Amino acid sequence: MTLADYRGTKEGREEAVRHPPAAHAPGERAHPGPVEYIKIGAALFIVTMIEVAVYYIDALDDVLVPILLALSALKFSLVVMWFMHLRFDNRMFSTMFVGGLILAGAVFVVVLATFGAGLV
Amino acid sequence: MARLTMGQRAVTMVEALRMAREEGATYRGIWSWITTVDHKRIGVMYGVTAFAFFLVGGIEALLLRLQLATPNGGVLDADTYNQLFTMHGTTMVFLVVMPLSAAFFNLLVPLMIGARDVAFPRLNAFSYWVFLFGGLFMNASFIAGEAPNAGWFGYANLTSTTFSPGHAIDFWALGLQILGIASMASGFNFLVTIFNMRAPGMSLFRMPLFVWMTMVTSFLIIFAFPVITVGLFELLFDRLFEANFFNPAEGGSPLLWQHMFWLFGHPEVYILILPAMGIVSEVLPTFSRKPLFGYPFVVFSGIAIGFMSWGVWAHHMYTTGLGTVANSAFGISTLLIAVPTGIKIFNWMATLWGGSINIKTPLLFAVGFIAMFVVGGLTGVTHSIVPSDYQQQDTYYVVAHFHQVLFGGSMFALFAGIYYWYPKFTGRLLNEGWGQVNFWLMFIGFNLTFQPMMISGLLGMPRRIYTYPDGMGWDVWNLTSTVGAFLIAASVLAFIVNVIVSMRDKRPAGADPWDGRTLEWTIPSPPPPYNFAEIPTVRARDDFWHRKYREDESGRAIPVVAGAAVEEEHAAGEHHAIHMPSPSFFPLIAALGLPMVALGLMYDYALVAAGAAVLVVGVYGWALEPASE
Amino acid sequence: MQHAPTADAALETSTGLDNRKLLMWLFLASECLFFGSLIAAYLLYRNQSIGAPCPSDCVIDGVTHEGLFDIPFTSVSAFVLLMSSVSMVLALAAIQRADQRGMRVWLATTALLGMLFISGQAFEFTEFHREGLSLSSNLFGTTFFVLTGFHGAHVTVGVLILLSLLVMAFRGRLNQAQSLHVELAGLYWHFVDVVWIVIFTLVYLIQP
Repeated sequence: MTLADYRGTKEGREEAVRHPPAAHAPGERAHPGPVEYIKIGAALFIVTMIEVAVYYIDALDDVLVPILLALSALKFSLVVMWFMHLRFDNRMFSTMFVGGLILAGAVFVVVLATFGAGLV
Repeated sequence: MARLTMGQRAVTMVEALRMAREEGATYRGIWSWITTVDHKRIGVMYGVTAFAFFLVGGIEALLLRLQLATPNGGVLDADTYNQLFTMHGTTMVFLVVMPLSAAFFNLLVPLMIGARDVAFPRLNAFSYWVFLFGGLFMNASFIAGEAPNAGWFGYANLTSTTFSPGHAIDFWALGLQILGIASMASGFNFLVTIFNMRAPGMSLFRMPLFVWMTMVTSFLIIFAFPVITVGLFELLFDRLFEANFFNPAEGGSPLLWQHMFWLFGHPEVYILILPAMGIVSEVLPTFSRKPLFGYPFVVFSGIAIGFMSWGVWAHHMYTTGLGTVANSAFGISTLLIAVPTGIKIFNWMATLWGGSINIKTPLLFAVGFIAMFVVGGLTGVTHSIVPSDYQQQDTYYVVAHFHQVLFGGSMFALFAGIYYWYPKFTGRLLNEGWGQVNFWLMFIGFNLTFQPMMISGLLGMPRRIYTYPDGMGWDVWNLTSTVGAFLIAASVLAFIVNVIVSMRDKRPAGADPWDGRTLEWTIPSPPPPYNFAEIPTVRARDDFWHRKYREDESGRAIPVVAGAAVEEEHAAGEHHAIHMPSPSFFPLIAALGLPMVALGLMYDYALVAAGAAVLVVGVYGWALEPASE
Repeated sequence: MQHAPTADAALETSTGLDNRKLLMWLFLASECLFFGSLIAAYLLYRNQSIGAPCPSDCVIDGVTHEGLFDIPFTSVSAFVLLMSSVSMVLALAAIQRADQRGMRVWLATTALLGMLFISGQAFEFTEFHREGLSLSSNLFGTTFFVLTGFHGAHVTVGVLILLSLLVMAFRGRLNQAQSLHVELAGLYWHFVDVVWIVIFTLVYLIQP
């Protein structure tokens, strides 16, 4: 085991020197730029409009819940993966955040179930 | 501060603050303790404060035992009894075992990973001050004449204003919120420290077991405390603002509180035991002169316990009517969590087996831990079985179980840690003779106190009763418990005598009195502020041992010449190149805002605003000052 | 040991990750448990209120009560918060390419949109209060105000952080080398937005 086995190494430092404005830590891919961010913003706007529309369309009442859950999950993912940069950052951040998310989801689904309650 | 003038004019605020910090950096005087951000000093402060609370909680216990020594006892009335048993439990869990563990995290983790300090030294100081103020705040309730009195678990809706008018429960809930902030800050700090500040070559699987257990515990803290924070907010909103979270009249369910409390509470008990297990995993190898047996298994079982601790909480709620499906599911998960615990026990025994055993006080406490924890764990297994728990719930059998694992378990291991690492941080060994007196008195006293509770519990003695009638068959067991409790008190006195005796002992312990295996033994005792003159490069697990010894054909350890050479003491001025984090008083100032807000919520909202202002000033000052200069 | 924070600080760690960024992500992970608990309490008590007011139209003891929620209004405020995430990430992108002016514009925009969101919340809260909803009125009042109240408090803290960054920027202390501060503020801000995405769907749009 040598120092080179570490990511915080000479290679990492040289890599960071080559790409200073992006301020990468090792293990990252290239950033999106302002144009991509605006496109995602537009997508978020459109998805929100769809959500509200679905809410008002009575014909869709039976499938309202799954559709809304899916749409909000989509918005959630867009913001977390692109704006919060998780898609491009070191996997450790994703592990921790997703871990917290899954833990919260799991324990509270169980708590609600013991009361006979659910999402709806 | 020595001078308050510069020449002819008084100093400005900014200059005064800078001078205070400079004086703090000299490591002399009270100011240096108030502004310290040094993990070793913070660890000592945690340890001393926690020990003081241990005495407080212990006296509370002795009073309880005096009351219960005989049927129809007349020592305490019911209301006082309720306050004492509540404060005893709350104190021991939150003001003793957790901060003693925090003391060890602080003292050891940076040294064991070869770092100079934790990732966020001022956040570390903040954690300590918040703990101190939280503990003082909670105990101030005695001065107010109304200490918390609804148990350490504060079940709703006994804790509602209808059934608990006055401020007792507010002290409890607000106090725990404050303490929770201290714990969470600590959890975040140690996680970043362990991930990011290891010496070159110190991969995760070369870390000492204690550091692994600190990591798992810290994950449990950061995920479990938010849940109790919300639960306590729900309780406080019910009490202060007439919310309805636990108000049955508006459809609220007291059972929600139990879920919130135990979702936190069960991981909490693993927070209480994992650091202790980490200590035992360090002590046994040193005193058997063998590496920890099955290191990867001990690591993975610790991680498994961390994960599984989230799946068992409702075993505290079997008797609340959750139904057979829920009860069975949690019964199975609780049985399963005994497996990784058992794996650790077997690995510890295998560590001792065939070792060159050096019987000293740390080892006595560590072996005592194993024995007591097995007994306590087995009683836990009997609890996990639902029908059996129906009989045991709310009886003294449960009291026996949790004291077995938290005292016979955690406290014994913490004492092992104290005896083991005392020489490193004070430069003196504790007296071995007094240590053995301490141990045997504590071991006998402990067993005499708590084993009878298993019997009285199975004979039906309920918990949380301030007295009992005669003729129940409980008398002799209670009397024995009381005698045992006073033996424990005597053992604690023996410990205090030991500390005093060791302070008078002029012989230096040296850097490595126990022939240890881990990095903290490579530096002088007590360590210099910068810890390591040169950050070590780690080539193996138990790196220090491998520098000292190599193995011959039969596996015996042969000393390596000069392998045990310890870093020399250098004069204080020689390490200018090592930048240490600057002292700061902003952590203390920020911490001060919290009890002010809490008191304000109970008595006067103007104080809430003042406390918030103090907190904001503290936080901004902290954010704007440089971390080191 | 730590010197004054620079872009090089990240390189000295065992994982290569910056200490402060790791701290922020751990904090956000723990906040999932915090908001998860509050959302669970809301969902548990949904439809369990004994009396009015209700979120959407309800019939209690034969009397029809009009629901309090104004979906178009809340949709607009949800949109405002989403757009504030866009401006936040544009502020970060600006400072990462040393565009000081762009960063200031986008940070100010984010703060303004955040304040607009808070105003919308405040308006909504006062409206509901006028209709008789309070912490003590019923389970809906309790769980709604506590959940959205804590969310609003988080947004408020976020706005204060953004304004502090703006002050730093105007004093010339927030340059490309300090872009991490903007990144960390951004992570917090996006998280708070993401919590609102969940609340908007579970609390407002999904009505049993």
